[in-house]
Amino acid sequence: MDKDLLDIKSAATADIELILNTASSFKDVLSRDIKKVPTLRGKTAVNLFFEPSTRTKTSFELAEKRLSTDVINFVVPSSSVAKGETLYDTIKTIESYGIDFIIIRHQFSGVPHFISRISKASVINAGDGINEHPTQALLDAFTIKEQKGTIAGLKIAIVGDISHSRVAKSNIYCLKKLGADIRLIAPHTLIPTGIENDVTEIYHDIESGIADIDVIMTLRIQQERQSGGFFSSTDEYFKFWGLTLKRLGKARPDVIVMHPGPMNRGVEIASEVADSRHSVINTQVTNGLAVRMAVLYLLDSARPRK
Amino acid sequence: MDLIIRRGHIVDPSQGIDFIGSIYIENGLIVKIENTGTTVEPGITRVLDASGLYVFPGLVDMHAHLREPGFEYKETIKSGTSAAVKGGFTSVCCMPNTKPVNDNETVAEFIVKKALSEGFCNVFPIGAITKRQEGVELAEMGMMKDAGCVAFSDDGRPVTDSLLMRRALEYSKVFSSPIISHAEDLSLSNNGVMNEGYLSTTLGLRGIPAASEVIAIKRDIELAALTGGRLHIAHCSTAGGVRAIREAKRDGIYVTAETCPHYFHLTEAETGGYNTAAKVNPPLRTKKDVEAVREGLIDGTIDVIATDHAPHHRDDKLCEFDRAAFGISGFETAFSLSLALVKGGLLTLNQLIEKMTIRPAQILGLSKGSLREGVEADIVIADLNKDFIVDPEQFVSKGKNTPFNGWRLSGMPVITICKGKVKYHLNNSLMAEGI
Repeated sequence: MDKDLLDIKSAATADIELILNTASSFKDVLSRDIKKVPTLRGKTAVNLFFEPSTRTKTSFELAEKRLSTDVINFVVPSSSVAKGETLYDTIKTIESYGIDFIIIRHQFSGVPHFISRISKASVINAGDGINEHPTQALLDAFTIKEQKGTIAGLKIAIVGDISHSRVAKSNIYCLKKLGADIRLIAPHTLIPTGIENDVTEIYHDIESGIADIDVIMTLRIQQERQSGGFFSSTDEYFKFWGLTLKRLGKARPDVIVMHPGPMNRGVEIASEVADSRHSVINTQVTNGLAVRMAVLYLLDSARPRK
Repeated sequence: MDLIIRRGHIVDPSQGIDFIGSIYIENGLIVKIENTGTTVEPGITRVLDASGLYVFPGLVDMHAHLREPGFEYKETIKSGTSAAVKGGFTSVCCMPNTKPVNDNETVAEFIVKKALSEGFCNVFPIGAITKRQEGVELAEMGMMKDAGCVAFSDDGRPVTDSLLMRRALEYSKVFSSPIISHAEDLSLSNNGVMNEGYLSTTLGLRGIPAASEVIAIKRDIELAALTGGRLHIAHCSTAGGVRAIREAKRDGIYVTAETCPHYFHLTEAETGGYNTAAKVNPPLRTKKDVEAVREGLIDGTIDVIATDHAPHHRDDKLCEFDRAAFGISGFETAFSLSLALVKGGLLTLNQLIEKMTIRPAQILGLSKGSLREGVEADIVIADLNKDFIVDPEQFVSKGKNTPFNGWRLSGMPVITICKGKVKYHLNNSLMAEGI
């Protein structure tokens, strides 16, 4: 393991597997009556969020607290950055508190990598621009493995805005490393250049894309993509690419449906699908805690001691 | 006689000179150039022995940023021209994106005067095409021309309005000044920060497609054809752009073009790891584009090698990739990087020197880039076999931003003379004969 978790693209497959296995132990902890362990007592984590986030931030904060880590939340709206402090200075200031982990969410890609170059703390990428969201991919992989027993050989479809989704990018790299057969389903405008190098197939028609699929990951469709000209309306998007029960019927009978949240019911996913027996969306949230605990634990042991 | 440079290998494409000989300088002018033995009047004349060295006309850079007025923390006319002469340049043209923008005679005069009093070499300002580079109204080209501007460009903020670009190409004809186009379709670039392709997807960075440059070059070529105006394409970086310029020239449309060393040496791969030193506009492209740019230099489609010297402060690059400034500090590596094309057998030395001296001078209508008798003695003496490793900390320029850090290069200027005066010398050993 490296001291940082910056992306999945450069992570070793063995490390990914180690994180998933460790997460299983932490999931056991989370099912106990007393859910807190002293593993990282005396360590300090800073949740440095430059973008609004409820789920990821809550999940990290709770994971840190379950491990007895001291937690500082640093929510920085972009407006106060505009007032003048450079990211370099922000990081140097935070580091002076003597912290062990920086959990960073930023609207610009590559910011975790930049921080890792200037900081001795363990840097965990909690989502950078349109680049990656590694812990989301890890919790998704954990969930799939938990549900299906294995990942290798599964047919997994990712549906939606691949171009602007760091979740999709991390999942593609992660699932590819774990041996899945990946299909992307989206209109041409939402397929990023060159991604065919990393997936098995690309479909623009959801009905044929879903056929015989074991796992479907739906992605959040952001309203602002409409004004960007990536599609014409959310209604039309739903009509052509929305995940409905009827379409789900084309998949394997034991298909599971995933979503990183927050969902837009009636845009990328029909309510009936989100609430169906196929949906593992809430399980994903629980697993997120276990996976983030595992990441914190493993990175802490990888960090050079003073 | 004030100075004689003797026994140097003189290459001056403007006169087809390629021989070992001597140059005589008096009152800052070249008075004689000959390939016979040197007659030295003992005790009166200073003599510079250039044995084993090459002697070229001082290099002419038609695309640089000196940042003054307004961004003196990045570079000044003094620091920039000091870096220029170290790089072998004796004439540099500075783009108008200063603060205030060089869109009027007052700013142009300021630059010219400042360069005369503090500069190490000739500085020729390039005026803005439109007021404040806003792309709305034409700037006062005639007055700027009178104040010393040699071309017009809204560099970095291309004129998006095709009608206005047409007018600029028409109106500038009266002043015989080229319009230099930073060819980019801004809407297609869509705030991109690197070349669009698999790598930009992998890095999660917004891409600028090659088509953004190609479309703009093609538009401007059509407007040049329509108007008969003088169009010069800045920093060509794409295979499609080279092809479009080649076709235009074949069709008899008057267009000239430049590229920069980073476009014939580097690919987008340099951007990996979010390396802000490699963030430049137009962005570094693919291997195929690098090959095409080289091909364009070889067959003459690309007339000029310019630096696009774009110095930035450390803080402008030590930050988020999206926020980092575009640009590469180029004066102090351009000659050696270009010479690599000669060493690699792609260009002859004569072709290279032509593209860095007389061609840009011709395009701008300057009596520079030549060792003709009677012109100002702007001369560079270079050691083509001297190796060095690029170390930005050794740059004279305030801008240490280079993706060539650590490159081993061969060949460098050792003495630069501007208007008959030595403005740079690598060390004192060559000056033993009394300079």
